Amino acid sequence: MTTPFRSVNPVSLTAAPVVGNPPSSLAVGARGIVKVFGVGDARTQALKGADFEASEGELHLIVGPSGCGKTTLLSVLAGTLSSDQGEVNLFGTRLTGLSSSEVTRFRCRHIGFIFQQFNLIPTLSLVENVSVPLLLNGAGRRDAEAKAAERLRQVGLAGRERQLPTQLSGGQQQRVAIARALVHEPRLVICDEPTSALDSMTGHQIMELLSTAAKAPGRCVLIVTHDPRIYGYADRISVMEDGRVTHVHAGASLSSYIHSENRS
Amino acid sequence: MFLLALKMLLGDRAKYWMLVGGLAFSSLLMTQQYSVFQGLMSWTTSHMRNMRASIWVVESRVEQVNESKAMRDTDVNRVRSVEGVDFAVPLFQGVLKARTADGSDKMIQMIGLHSGTLYGRPPRMIEGDIAQLRLPNSVVIDTLAMEGTRLGSGMGRPLRVGDVFEINDREARVVGICQTERHFFGYPYVFSSYDQALQYSPRQRKMLSMILAEPKPGWDTAEVAQRIMRETGLRAFTVPQLEASTIRWVWNNTGIPISFLTTIVLGFVVGVAVCGQTFYSFVLENLRNLGALKAMGASNGLLAGMLLFQAMIVGLIGFGMGIGLTALFGLTVAQSGQPPFKADAAFVFQSLAAVLVICALAALFGIRRVAKLEPAIVFRG
Repeated sequence: MTTPFRSVNPVSLTAAPVVGNPPSSLAVGARGIVKVFGVGDARTQALKGADFEASEGELHLIVGPSGCGKTTLLSVLAGTLSSDQGEVNLFGTRLTGLSSSEVTRFRCRHIGFIFQQFNLIPTLSLVENVSVPLLLNGAGRRDAEAKAAERLRQVGLAGRERQLPTQLSGGQQQRVAIARALVHEPRLVICDEPTSALDSMTGHQIMELLSTAAKAPGRCVLIVTHDPRIYGYADRISVMEDGRVTHVHAGASLSSYIHSENRS
Repeated sequence: MFLLALKMLLGDRAKYWMLVGGLAFSSLLMTQQYSVFQGLMSWTTSHMRNMRASIWVVESRVEQVNESKAMRDTDVNRVRSVEGVDFAVPLFQGVLKARTADGSDKMIQMIGLHSGTLYGRPPRMIEGDIAQLRLPNSVVIDTLAMEGTRLGSGMGRPLRVGDVFEINDREARVVGICQTERHFFGYPYVFSSYDQALQYSPRQRKMLSMILAEPKPGWDTAEVAQRIMRETGLRAFTVPQLEASTIRWVWNNTGIPISFLTTIVLGFVVGVAVCGQTFYSFVLENLRNLGALKAMGASNGLLAGMLLFQAMIVGLIGFGMGIGLTALFGLTVAQSGQPPFKADAAFVFQSLAAVLVICALAALFGIRRVAKLEPAIVFRG
């Protein structure tokens, strides 16, 4: 079941003050997301009615202190974790209204993932790792590997298709992860701390790739990060505190936020 | 994806070999033990294949072919008089002592055949002429009896045609050598005429061990056996009936089947334990990767299929190795014939099914874990 996001939610979802330009064509929208882990004394409310918006063509950072709920929000937005309350819309599809298998199919077709620890399968070659999303979408092995090899070339790893991930540096592994995340042309790319395990120069190279990827028509890149070095690549930054998005910075406000963060 | 699943497993050499090794051991244990058990069971009924009679008539309380309760000599005629019986002949069978050239005593399985027909003769003569059993003090021995450790003891060579030894202080001259299937007791077969066998055996009031009968052409063997029982009060078996009755007797009266069955079950349990644990640990070690696949859109069904495929492939490889080792064992012991070994195609397939069940169970532990796995696990540090 797909429902245009705008039609089910004509009003702005963002409770947090938006400073700067409002989002244009909406890619990701979430309203009133609540997520509770555990029961009794161990009960923790990770998200307390979080609202979130991101647009197509945007590289959007989600930042905030540890334990504020960034990763939980990212998981809910990606459909890898169900929320207890609230509504998530991705590119006009109401995710919260889909069955678990429909969400899985949606993720498979429309979302690419980049993980902090890369999560490349160590016993598979680079080209096999990159071809996984295509195979999951029903592509044949030969076609999938040809496309995967092309993606590897685009991230600067031509000629290394048959190597294993363990033969690469951290930065190179993250490039492979980017190739894997983009190979099936997803509309949403979800990144969890993509530069935290990398040195500064490699981190910038990775962000260049992601920044370019975000400019593809109809695509949005969401990044959860602690790393202020990459704030300069953002088109928009959502700041989270205590389970909620408290501020969203764009335009001039974004520049001053980055400036203040880098100074501190 | 299934090819990639296989590469994931093959890439983890330690786990792969542990799984294959465990399954190979389990398959070896199950098939080798069953084959030895089958061989033993086959030994218990070797009389029937060595004497090849259609109907076996015994005293009414006899339950199996290796047991004999003597009957009266006149019982042969009573059987001959039953309608449908073409002919019936007396047979002596008993365990006697033979004295070899060096003075040692060896046990033998004495078979006394009706001298007129020699019905019940061994299936294949290697040397000599079975008809010479009609001569006084003549015997035909099997290849086992020839051995230096058996009746050839003290000869410095295997026993051969023309050699002489003693049975109960009576001379026994070898007039032929035959090929037989080994008996459960492990004693060599010595054939003589019925009358001669009675001479060799210590005298008792009744000496007739069995009556071998043949139905008239066109008569149903089982029906003739029924008629014999009805009209004589003796017990008459067809070959399948006697085989079944003998094996049933071994099941009910010896610990052999239970002991083998226990080992076979242990083989299965060891397979489940080793494979279940190893496969589960493989799944746990790959949980983040499986979580990543799940996040990327691999459904529970696909991941379950991948795990099942991995398990089945190692199952087939492990079973192949196990059955190969069993075959090697069978070939090694084929020459000596000990321990007995009888491979059974049906059991090979049953063992394969058992190994695949082991693999399915092993995969099931992993599948349960993966089914519960939140793909969001990959976002946690």
